[in-house]
Amino acid sequence: MYNKRLDGRKADELRTIKARVGIVKRADGSAMFQIGKTIALAAVYGPRQLHPKFLQNPKMGLLRCNYNMMSFSGSGERVRPGTSRRSKEISYVTEGALAPVLDLEEYPNTVVDVFIEILQSDSGTRCAGICAASMALADAGLKMKDLVSAVAVGRIDGKLVVDLTKEEEDYDGEVADIAIAITPRTGEITLLQMDGFANKEELAKSFENAKEACKKIWEVQKKALKEKYT
Amino acid sequence: MGKLLVNERDIVVPGEEVAEGMDYLPSLGTYRDKETLVSSQFGFVNISGRLVKVIPLSGRYNPRRDDIVIGRVADMTFSNWFVDVDYATEAVLSSKETGEYVQRGTDLSQIYGIGDYIIARVMGVSRQKAIDLSMRGPGLRKITTGRIIKVDSVKVPRIIGKEGSMISLIKEKTGCRIMVGQNGKVWIQGDDLKKERIAVEAINMINEKSFVNGLTEKIKEFLEKELKDVQ
Repeated sequence: MYNKRLDGRKADELRTIKARVGIVKRADGSAMFQIGKTIALAAVYGPRQLHPKFLQNPKMGLLRCNYNMMSFSGSGERVRPGTSRRSKEISYVTEGALAPVLDLEEYPNTVVDVFIEILQSDSGTRCAGICAASMALADAGLKMKDLVSAVAVGRIDGKLVVDLTKEEEDYDGEVADIAIAITPRTGEITLLQMDGFANKEELAKSFENAKEACKKIWEVQKKALKEKYT
Repeated sequence: MGKLLVNERDIVVPGEEVAEGMDYLPSLGTYRDKETLVSSQFGFVNISGRLVKVIPLSGRYNPRRDDIVIGRVADMTFSNWFVDVDYATEAVLSSKETGEYVQRGTDLSQIYGIGDYIIARVMGVSRQKAIDLSMRGPGLRKITTGRIIKVDSVKVPRIIGKEGSMISLIKEKTGCRIMVGQNGKVWIQGDDLKKERIAVEAINMINEKSFVNGLTEKIKEFLEKELKDVQ
């Protein structure tokens, strides 16, 4: 049984979070989100002209996300630069996580580009990326119903925990890793992925944990956004 | 009874609840979710009577009818110009809207060529955000002199000031002719190049420090200090 966490945190405790808004000067909106050793940077450009033209939709704008790990971001091995199967998938699910809060009908025929760069990774990079991206979208002055907060929850050797590190993900025992993105005001789930196995009760409890954790992340996001103008 | 959850000029983020109950009405930047009013934009709260607005602090130009904009002619056809007004799509200026008689078959580049800057009015914005421009009206013309600088379009109200207080202060002190387009392009022309430069610096200062209190006073001080050296 995994009773004591490797970094000494409580089971429902998040790593230290740092967030800042407006760090990429030439972007319309940008944000940095750091959770523990994981650092994500997001920059938003748009709404801007969409090419190729056949992608244009006169009823609503397009959201285009691009997730990328910097070559030096891994823990040891150099990450091969460029698009990979993994980064393509994460870009796609990030789009799905952010699109429900964006009021894209306000921006017909245009595109909103989101670039997420992972500077340093210690698990939970897609969640950190989503948190950063949602702040950057707000900073870009886009119409949004809500922000999006995301966190990874899971079970390590029978123990339910929040915000796994890389060390915990690779723990020698049965591990379930669930990435969840939530719109914090209404509690709707916009991203849900899982590695490993979990039974019904564990899953239900994990959702509760994720909701609690996302509330905490939301507070940090709100504070970071407001700090830009104080 | 309705209840406000924020104060006037508070900064709110998307998804933050601003008011409860049906007494308050959603305006720009807010929406109603059942009984609560929620912000849909990152900006500051503006309450006028029962209307609750959120005014954005950042973002690109959002075209609206009757805006006066400064644009650059980007392309043309036999009957239209396409003007870049810092929006995602180019605005259309029809040859019928130049304010002067254009004979059929005239080469349009003799009136406005590609790369020319013009001051125009937004005639209308369609639901698909297609923008129509017009050159009919006082002060709408081609720009041939002076310089054009870019500021954030959300800060244009701050540059103009209450009833034009800020812009007339700069005009008065520096003796420059200034025209602020709603899209964030500013045209400045002065007889004295040094004074023109000071006007540019003052406008850039407003652009950067738009949320500082008592900005008009600070700009006044800045202008007086800088202009002393010139004279």
